[in-house]
Amino acid sequence: MRASRSRWVRSGRLSVRFDVRALGVVLLLALAALAASVLLVGTGDFAIPVPDVLRTLAGGGDAGQEFVVRELRLPRVLVGLLVGGALGLGGALFQAVSRNPLGSPDVLGLGQGSTAGALVVIVLFSGSAAEVALGALAGGLLTGLVIYLLAWKRGVHGYRLVLVGIGVAAVATAVNGYLLTEADLVDAARAVVWMTGSLGGSDWDQVWPLLGLCAVLVPLALAHARPLRMLEMGDDIASALGVRVERTRLLLMLAAVLLTAAATAAAGPVGFVALTAPQLARRLTRSPGPNLLPALVMGAALLVTADWLSQRAFGADQLPVGVVTGVLGGVYLLWLLVAERRAGRI
Amino acid sequence: MLVDSPREKHTDAAPLRRGRRALRGVGLLAAVGVLALVAVVSLAVGAKPLSVEQVWHGLFQNSGSYGDVVVGERLWRTLLGLLAGAALGLSGAVLQALTRNPLADPGLLGINTGAAAAVVTGLTFFGADSLTGYVWFAFAGAAAVGVLVYVLGGSRGATPVRLALAGTAVNAALYGYLQAVMITDDAALGKMRFWTVGSLASANSTTIGQVLPFLAVGTVLALGLARPLNAVAMGDDTARALGAHLTRTRALSMLAATLLCGAATAACGPIAFVGLTVPHAVRSFTGPDLRWILPYATALAPVVLLGSDVIGRMVARPAELQVGVVTAVIGGPVFIYLVRWRRMAQP
Repeated sequence: MRASRSRWVRSGRLSVRFDVRALGVVLLLALAALAASVLLVGTGDFAIPVPDVLRTLAGGGDAGQEFVVRELRLPRVLVGLLVGGALGLGGALFQAVSRNPLGSPDVLGLGQGSTAGALVVIVLFSGSAAEVALGALAGGLLTGLVIYLLAWKRGVHGYRLVLVGIGVAAVATAVNGYLLTEADLVDAARAVVWMTGSLGGSDWDQVWPLLGLCAVLVPLALAHARPLRMLEMGDDIASALGVRVERTRLLLMLAAVLLTAAATAAAGPVGFVALTAPQLARRLTRSPGPNLLPALVMGAALLVTADWLSQRAFGADQLPVGVVTGVLGGVYLLWLLVAERRAGRI
Repeated sequence: MLVDSPREKHTDAAPLRRGRRALRGVGLLAAVGVLALVAVVSLAVGAKPLSVEQVWHGLFQNSGSYGDVVVGERLWRTLLGLLAGAALGLSGAVLQALTRNPLADPGLLGINTGAAAAVVTGLTFFGADSLTGYVWFAFAGAAAVGVLVYVLGGSRGATPVRLALAGTAVNAALYGYLQAVMITDDAALGKMRFWTVGSLASANSTTIGQVLPFLAVGTVLALGLARPLNAVAMGDDTARALGAHLTRTRALSMLAATLLCGAATAACGPIAFVGLTVPHAVRSFTGPDLRWILPYATALAPVVLLGSDVIGRMVARPAELQVGVVTAVIGGPVFIYLVRWRRMAQP
């Protein structure tokens, strides 16, 4: 952290310190997310050119375009942005709390727990989409609670959290596999699409609850960026610096579990966004610490771009976005492998 | 302490060491005894329970009676459980030693996903739809991913972290592919969902015949690697100073693990946790010496696998739970117990 990169804004007794590079990265990523959103709104069976998309969004398109954009595409894009942002932020929180770059919700079993909840609803009750979302939410929250309780031993240690999470994830995976074998083929096909993570069929009913939850949790998490940065130095140093370690950790984990569970309930367990967004953001800002806001914007940009890619590459709604994020995640990890090796770090 | 006379030390340590070795030898015999017991139970338990006499009759005086036919059916299943269990335990122990990571298992290195991706490819694009058809695809997929991960992990310069990272990366990319195929092809999904839970139910003589040569080579190779892997465990520099061939040991270990785990996965689908937990449990009473860990893991992993299969057959009678589900549901809590109470949670 070189001092030259930080700037201060002072006004009377208040002062805000910010990192110029991080701010630039956030702005650029936000622009990229918006650009991808506009492209995504125009993509589909009924293609709309970019100028028309912009005009329609501003309220000046013809009736057909108006309907497609307002009722079909816009909710999808908004759900994509919110889900991506929530996953990016949730992943950054988990990675910071567990102090492990692999400590993302996919690895910790939250995705698998949500899936178990959703599969129970799909397979055993053939529930509606809304009921599936509720099942996923319940599954995710319950899994978060179980992992926290099992990892708790005079405080939650990061490494233990990851290991307990891996164990819970494997059990949940087995339960999911079993539920899939019990389903009939139609339900199983529906379940697999859900399990991959998809933005298809998103509507305004999904936007509002997500938006409300993000409106509460995002400021809460961002407000705790400072104690979180101190937690990364280790519990002893953090408590010496005046951080209430367990309380902060519990609060932030709760926020991360809620964000992830809500995102998963809306779009399914979209893989690797939570794992890669914080890492990519950190590499772009080159700044230590949890990089919460950059991770959030990165997650949103990633998910919308991936959805656009999957629609362009495979045709409208042929393959869910989770397929693309999975493959991209693999490619990213390979790149990480080569880069880290070249730098001689591993 | 340093000036202790060598002679005195020798007289103190030798009986102790001999005693411990005898104890471990007896323990290994006991493990084999338990294995035999579980195998008999596996022959006796199922939708139609048999007595021990009936099992004996079916094995050695087979006259074609109803009970004998049942024993014959269960024999292949039990045999596959023995072979696959031993292979998974042994490959888990080798991978943990190779990556110096107590959490390494075939899943971590992407071998299971490689096999699954190849099976789904065979189903969808090459029309393989019988179990005997799957086997070669699964094995080829596991082997290809084994080689790929080894090369991506830096082949000669492979380190534990690089191998794990390469495994995770390959896993991720293949998982995306797997999901994509299952979504677009309902027929493949219909078969894959049964394959991916891992089951011994469809064992037959053909499958076992197909994988047996690979299992045999892999087992001999793995057991022969105990000594060089012991040296690797001390760190690269020490191992080199002790005269170990690091590159050769790593390449051969990867080969052995891939043969064993690829063959086991090909025959019964991916089975979680046996390869992870058994070597752990074994290490807690044998200590870090692989010359003991490997044989113990070979004897005890099938106990776990067959035991889980028996449980799966008992809890849902007359239907059954697939063994892959049972091992994960039992293995998960055991794993968490190890993490919490066995001080494994140290990086």
